[in-house]
Amino acid sequence: MRPSLPLFPEQASSFAADVDALYFFLVALTAFFSVLIGGLVVFFAIKYRRRKDSAPAVIEHEGMALEMTWSIIPLIVSLFIFVWGASLYFKISRPPGDAAEIYAVGKQWMWKIQHMEGRREINELHVPVGRAVKLKMTSEDVIHSFFVPAFRTKADVLPGRYTTIWFKAEKAGAYHLFCAEYCGTKHSGMIGYVHAMEPNDYQNWLVGGTAEGTLAQRGEKLFQDLACTNCHKEEGTGRGPALALIFGTEIPLEGGAKVLVDEEYIRESIVNPTARVAFGYQPVMPTFQGLVTEEGLLSLIEYVKSIGPKKGPPKPPAEANRKTGEARSKTGGAKGKQ
Amino acid sequence: MITAPVTVPEREHYLNASYGLKSWLLTKDHKRIALLYLATITFFFFLGGLFAVMIRLELLTPQGDMVQSETYNKLFTMHGVNMVFFFLLPAIPATLGNFLVPLMIGARDLAFPKLNLASWYIFTIGGLFTLYALLSGGVDTGWTFYTPYSTTYSNSFVIATALGIFIAGFSSILTGLNFIVTIHRMRAPGLTWFRLPLFIWSHYAASLIMVLGTPVIAVTIVLLAAERAFHIGIFDPAIGGDPVLFQHLFWFYSHPAVYIMILPAMAVISELVAASARKRVYGYEFVAYASVAIAVFGFLVWGHHMFVSGQSVYAGLVFSVLSYLVAVPSAVKVFNWTATLHKGSIALETPMLYTFGFIGLFTIGGMTGLFVAALGLDVHVHDTYFVVAHFHYIMVGGTIMAYLGGLHFWWPKITGRMYPEILAKLSALVVFIGFNLTFFPQFILGYLGMPRRYHAYPDEFQVLNVMSTAGASILAVGYLLPMCYFIWSLRYGKIAPDNPWGAVGLEWQTLSPPPVENFDEIPIVTHEAYDYVSLPNGSVTPKKEANVR
Repeated sequence: MRPSLPLFPEQASSFAADVDALYFFLVALTAFFSVLIGGLVVFFAIKYRRRKDSAPAVIEHEGMALEMTWSIIPLIVSLFIFVWGASLYFKISRPPGDAAEIYAVGKQWMWKIQHMEGRREINELHVPVGRAVKLKMTSEDVIHSFFVPAFRTKADVLPGRYTTIWFKAEKAGAYHLFCAEYCGTKHSGMIGYVHAMEPNDYQNWLVGGTAEGTLAQRGEKLFQDLACTNCHKEEGTGRGPALALIFGTEIPLEGGAKVLVDEEYIRESIVNPTARVAFGYQPVMPTFQGLVTEEGLLSLIEYVKSIGPKKGPPKPPAEANRKTGEARSKTGGAKGKQ
Repeated sequence: MITAPVTVPEREHYLNASYGLKSWLLTKDHKRIALLYLATITFFFFLGGLFAVMIRLELLTPQGDMVQSETYNKLFTMHGVNMVFFFLLPAIPATLGNFLVPLMIGARDLAFPKLNLASWYIFTIGGLFTLYALLSGGVDTGWTFYTPYSTTYSNSFVIATALGIFIAGFSSILTGLNFIVTIHRMRAPGLTWFRLPLFIWSHYAASLIMVLGTPVIAVTIVLLAAERAFHIGIFDPAIGGDPVLFQHLFWFYSHPAVYIMILPAMAVISELVAASARKRVYGYEFVAYASVAIAVFGFLVWGHHMFVSGQSVYAGLVFSVLSYLVAVPSAVKVFNWTATLHKGSIALETPMLYTFGFIGLFTIGGMTGLFVAALGLDVHVHDTYFVVAHFHYIMVGGTIMAYLGGLHFWWPKITGRMYPEILAKLSALVVFIGFNLTFFPQFILGYLGMPRRYHAYPDEFQVLNVMSTAGASILAVGYLLPMCYFIWSLRYGKIAPDNPWGAVGLEWQTLSPPPVENFDEIPIVTHEAYDYVSLPNGSVTPKKEANVR
């Protein structure tokens, strides 16, 4: 292979250029101060070097003014960088409201990607160009970190909770995906590619692959397999609360507090059901920790999010647009790798 | 002063007052204990260096082909553990600090000589635990021991290693305690706080961190061991814990620990700059207060290691702004050292070359700290080689440069012998070149996106990695040279005068090497530190004049 010496990474996301602007500013600042300090030190060392007949050192008057100057200037410069860095951080940490959601699960040592529409991938992530994409991520084991240098973003992926990363790819291409948080033996093998595709290509890709239903559909299947319906009855007459339209609402808890029903709370209610029990219910639900994989949990969450108001019994709306004969077992499907 | 051959009629000093292994292993003399530490940490330095060499050799090629992944992971872990806990943390305080704190304040020893010896034993026992873990198979968690990998998933010797660090921590606490009490209670008559050398101020600030910070890492290690050994759910979410809690606890100590490494380095540099320029350090009070400010603010910035850990955006803001505030006193110090050179009378011996190296590299290390403290930029460079380069500029370019500069500067006092000047200057140059070639390419690698702790990497990163490895081999030579000529000088070096640099510090007013009790007569101090105006030739011979004046 021809040896290459890249000095700068590709810019492929909406905020890559913004991050680089701050980088270049700081590079210039560092160069300026390093040359200033280095130059002064060398200049003084030569000019005032000790000779046989050297005059003794001159003790100068120490003015407060000079010291205040070189305390206040760094302070102002620092605070300027802080504000710049912070505003960038808000941009990078806050996904726009219309971002498309994709789920990612890290495990030793692979990235498992789950698209809402049903496709699954390992160590590859296909995303459309020009559309904000938000990844909800969790880990099956240790801490990982989802890092795409060309997008200038990363976020740690933690077991037991969901973290979010978002980006908008601006240029079609394949970009390195790295695990940036040391995660064990094959840490450096936990890599892959993010494929940014033109929207049409992406749509084609999305509907290709093996049909195994949407994520919500898989969740519904699992919901039935695990007999969740025995208690979470649609009419709300079961031992557990009805789940239709519950997502995104605030519900009262036993003990008077309230909780926002989000992904985190649903996950907790499945793996650690007695932690925060909905008001009016007994803490009788068994834990499903270890019985459901992280991907299974994601599908259940997606199912709960999809349950609309009860129409004609017995099927919730998610069921209505189900395609023919497809709901497979959660582990059976092809991996959706191109 | 003395030009006689190697056999001079020997007067009694701390090195020849008694002989035999027992006289060393049971010594209560701070100077001998400093040398015990010197030998111990030199061992760990070369061990850690050996691991570094193997890491760099592995990274010559993109494929992981020299060692297995398991081995590579153990190499960088043991490199970090050895270098941080068994070399960098004790490097300057336990050797130069131990030797010089009593001498600089005109005391006969530290406040608690037996505790001082105990701290060396504790340190060594801690080191042996870690060595045991290494020999029985090593540890692969990274020196940061992030959970739940370290508590649940790693199959290596986590507890033995962590226990080694736990034990060594007590030696750090005891040393800090000893320094604080000594500096408060045992200053010579007339040596007020603002007549203290800045070396003492910085060591005082570092000691505060040792005493207040180290217990936190001890507690953290106990919690880690409790979860790993007894499955008590603290950090692993599978058993009800919180993995990020570990990071908070770990960095609450490990960030201030960086200041345990860098404050004593600044201590050395202040002395070297003043002595070489024959001038009082510019803005003495500013520099003194800056040390304390760094120690205090240093406790409030741990969260800047966690900007992408999932902690709240607002916590990130607070930790970022505090990190910028702690940068200011460091910048002030650099400006003050530079200003000290202005119109000085600058000697360009080896210690000063290391000082120049320190100022340059610490400036770059500090400035790149501004990159990683910038929230939006840190998201990209976090956990990449950019961070690796940044902290090596601070710890190797800063602490080790100062440590080597200090060793050369005080070597005549410690051993009574001069090191070979030309060879020493050459090796200072070799260190500087080797260091920059090793670590500068890593900034670029990091911004390109190469994550740290990668055994194998994509092909396009190879050229920069080859440069880095080439630099590391030069750096290794630069570190071996002083080791060789220092040992050589013990026997063949020129006999050192009492005050070869014409410096005014109290340590130069006594003999080289000092007598067991440091001073024949406890000096009475009537001058500020670095008062080269009243004492233009540094020390005044005969020394008693300087004392009684």
